[in-house]
Amino acid sequence: MSSYKISHLKQLEAESIHIIREVAAEFENPVMLYSIGKDSSVMVRLAEKAFYPGKVPFPLLHVDSKWKFREMIEFRDNYAKENNWDLIVHSNMKAFEEGVGPFTHGSQVHTDIMKTQALLQALNKYKFDAAFGGARRDEEKSRAKERIFSFRDKFHQWDPKNQRPELWDTYNTKVHKGESIRVFPISNWTELDIWEYIRIEQIPIVPLYYAKERPVVELHGTLVMVDDDRMPKELSKKAQMKMVRFRTLGCYPLTGAIESNATTIEAIVQEMMTATKSERTTRVIDFDQEASMEQKKREGYF
Amino acid sequence: MDKDLSKTSIEAFLEQDQNKDLLRFLTAGSVDDGKSTLIGRLLFDTKKIYEDQLAALERDNLREGHAENDTDYALLLDGLKAEREQGITIDVAYRYFSTNKRKFIIADTPGHEQYTRNMVTGASTANLAIILVDATAGIITQTKRHTFLASLLGIKHVVLAVNKMDLIGFKQDVFEKICYEYKDFVTRLNIPDVHCIPLSALKGDNVVDRSEKMPWYDGKTLLHFLESVHVSSDQNFIDFRYPVQYVLRPSHNYRGFAARVAAGILRKGDEVMVLPSKKKSTVASITTFDGELDSAFPPLSVAMTLADEIDISRGDMIVHPNNVPKVERHFEAMLVWMNEHAMGPDKNYIIKHTTNTTKVRIDKIRYRIDVNTLNKTDCNAFELNDIGRAVFTTNKPLFFDSYQKNKTTGSFILIDPISFNTVAVGMIIDRVSSENMPTRITGAELGKAKHGKSFIKEPERQKRYNQKAVTIWIMGRHGSGKNQLAYKTERELFDRGATTVLIDGSVVRSGLSRELDYSPSDRAEHLRRVAHLCQLLNDQGLITICTFISPDDDIRNQVAEIIGKERFHLIYVEADQEFCKAQEPDLYQKVEQGQLQYLPGVDLPFEEPENPAITLAQQEANIEPTEVIAYLEEKGIFPLH
Repeated sequence: MSSYKISHLKQLEAESIHIIREVAAEFENPVMLYSIGKDSSVMVRLAEKAFYPGKVPFPLLHVDSKWKFREMIEFRDNYAKENNWDLIVHSNMKAFEEGVGPFTHGSQVHTDIMKTQALLQALNKYKFDAAFGGARRDEEKSRAKERIFSFRDKFHQWDPKNQRPELWDTYNTKVHKGESIRVFPISNWTELDIWEYIRIEQIPIVPLYYAKERPVVELHGTLVMVDDDRMPKELSKKAQMKMVRFRTLGCYPLTGAIESNATTIEAIVQEMMTATKSERTTRVIDFDQEASMEQKKREGYF
Repeated sequence: MDKDLSKTSIEAFLEQDQNKDLLRFLTAGSVDDGKSTLIGRLLFDTKKIYEDQLAALERDNLREGHAENDTDYALLLDGLKAEREQGITIDVAYRYFSTNKRKFIIADTPGHEQYTRNMVTGASTANLAIILVDATAGIITQTKRHTFLASLLGIKHVVLAVNKMDLIGFKQDVFEKICYEYKDFVTRLNIPDVHCIPLSALKGDNVVDRSEKMPWYDGKTLLHFLESVHVSSDQNFIDFRYPVQYVLRPSHNYRGFAARVAAGILRKGDEVMVLPSKKKSTVASITTFDGELDSAFPPLSVAMTLADEIDISRGDMIVHPNNVPKVERHFEAMLVWMNEHAMGPDKNYIIKHTTNTTKVRIDKIRYRIDVNTLNKTDCNAFELNDIGRAVFTTNKPLFFDSYQKNKTTGSFILIDPISFNTVAVGMIIDRVSSENMPTRITGAELGKAKHGKSFIKEPERQKRYNQKAVTIWIMGRHGSGKNQLAYKTERELFDRGATTVLIDGSVVRSGLSRELDYSPSDRAEHLRRVAHLCQLLNDQGLITICTFISPDDDIRNQVAEIIGKERFHLIYVEADQEFCKAQEPDLYQKVEQGQLQYLPGVDLPFEEPENPAITLAQQEANIEPTEVIAYLEEKGIFPLH
């Protein structure tokens, strides 16, 4: 029977495809949240595989905090066009016009208003009953316990103590009107799995993942890139050109760069395997308060 | 990992790494067994714990730390805030690590009794279970409970990790005593592969590195065992099951049926049959994004196209025509109750089984199992963490196998129709002959209603008819000639002046039981009705002559109970399968080919009776009632004496 042994990547792929199809079959109005990051790129590829030779039967939604790296937006627009995706972009425009941003309001307020609230606005506006997210369980402690089909009440809140049991690959997809499910089809993938898959499948990713000379400022021990002139002058004038890359992508003032010479996936993996920092520590938002991610998730953030 | 991998070596690393297989395992043990420490050790020693997590750990340690000297690995793991405050893990957490040989997913589940549901959750996707015991405490009730749950969820490989060997001076005899006791216990369960490993998670002995303190142990270290245990053959590659999940219709000339192969092997060109329509076709292609495949096997997610246009939708199942699952509305299963709210009195739920969702009723709870003693007890309604066996009826037929044979087609979840919470999960049981009955048909508690009393006494009736009112129950395989015997007996008794009623199964099925099919549970209901009819007729003084296959002992006993044991006379027309087949070739052939179902002796068991009043061996196509008549005379039934 050894010829029926399959690699872990094939196994993870089969599991993810099954999850994605299950949602498409059982929900009336699903959406796939697309963050432009590498995990999202893998998730979108898995969706394409799930419905091949058909088209992915649901739209992608990007919640734009208006503080993303410019290269991310450029990548998103090109890639969506090339692949003929049904892409919805939503921002909290009212807050944006009022000038909410990380430099003026701090990372907590900014994340809450421009990410969490913006996401909730979009979910309410389009009445999605299921939303795919590209979170992985190996990323962060509270995610290690979250279900693949994660139930949210009418206020989009997650209750970690009251999760639905989830056994085998039989998923409970029942929700009342107004309630929804967040679905994490790549829950069981690790960071290395993602990179290996991107490499084998030749999935395009935002160039920010690769090392390049970029202007960065050191802020609370984190290297923050100067991506536009919204960074306060007293900070941006301290910018230095450094060979850096990003392990995760988010709002540019909240996403730390790491010094690196890795310009290929192989080099990234090599660096990762010998790395001394885990992935999310380059995200400033996690340090705001103890158990901060769990708190955000309870409030509706992914 | 080597710190200075050259570019070529990283490529080689990736080539090797991406082809590793995956082992999912479960860890079970109590707070005090050192489970979190063991997992921390596995992660730590496989160098998967990054430095900043260690730095964060030091921060946490100042605030909440417990252990004094050695690093408290457990703090790395207990994720959620509430749990950290309580100092126990309260849910299933998944961890990931890998070695040069394999990738691993750990389902980390707590040991407290109230969290049975979490362990069951973790076990549902695991290939292997590590059950921790504290060497200073030995096998405790909880160890047995965990092992039982692993066995219930069909885990085939169990490692008993005897931890804290350092605290008992690494003594061999203590370890061996624990192993002996454990293996003795496991023989009662269905776990084919059991290994015991002595270790110290805190000190690292026999976890990753071989212990120098236990030279007497010559088995594998825990990690070495996890890396080498063979699990791919645990999959069912025999019985092809393809529960259609989604229909792909991108254009007029492509119609693909997407599914995850649940069992067996799908090959291009195979003849397949669709359930429930039973329509047949041939596999035209197996399509994937990465190109067409010649074959697909579990757990791959693929799509297939068929040579013929057949109407197929989600919920249908594609199988090989000569190997079909059960297609029934009734089954029995082990149920684990997962919800704080106990089972409600009406016992109606939504069932999700593979890609089918329908309504289900829990007809009967057979028993509850005490997970600590494995004793069976009576139970009216399951509560949180209860485990027991129950009988189910669904609104539409499901396509299922026993959980033992197939985890996908043998498992289901129950959803509360109001809250939509998942309230229970179930594992379907393979029918064993004596347990064919869906429920007790005698229903003693229901038979107590008040009714009128006749002014005619039994002896008066006997005298009038010159007979004792009995039931002559003629049983035998389909085609054995039991009907012929029944009708001849009727004729003979009539000629001699007896007053009889003949009850022929096919006549009852065309009227009184017309909504029932031939499944074991419907068959039981059918026989229940007949038994009550016989009781009624016998009460009126009439002799009934019944002719039914009545294939299982349990049902026959219950029929006898309804009619009254002294009135029930069982006559067995003994004929072998070959003889019966020759009489009814069409029917037997159809069932053998899977076009029809439920023929005792073919796809259902046929149990010979233990103590029939008469056995008539059928050798030729002619059977005479002589012996039956003689028996009635001898017993003074007819003529009366």
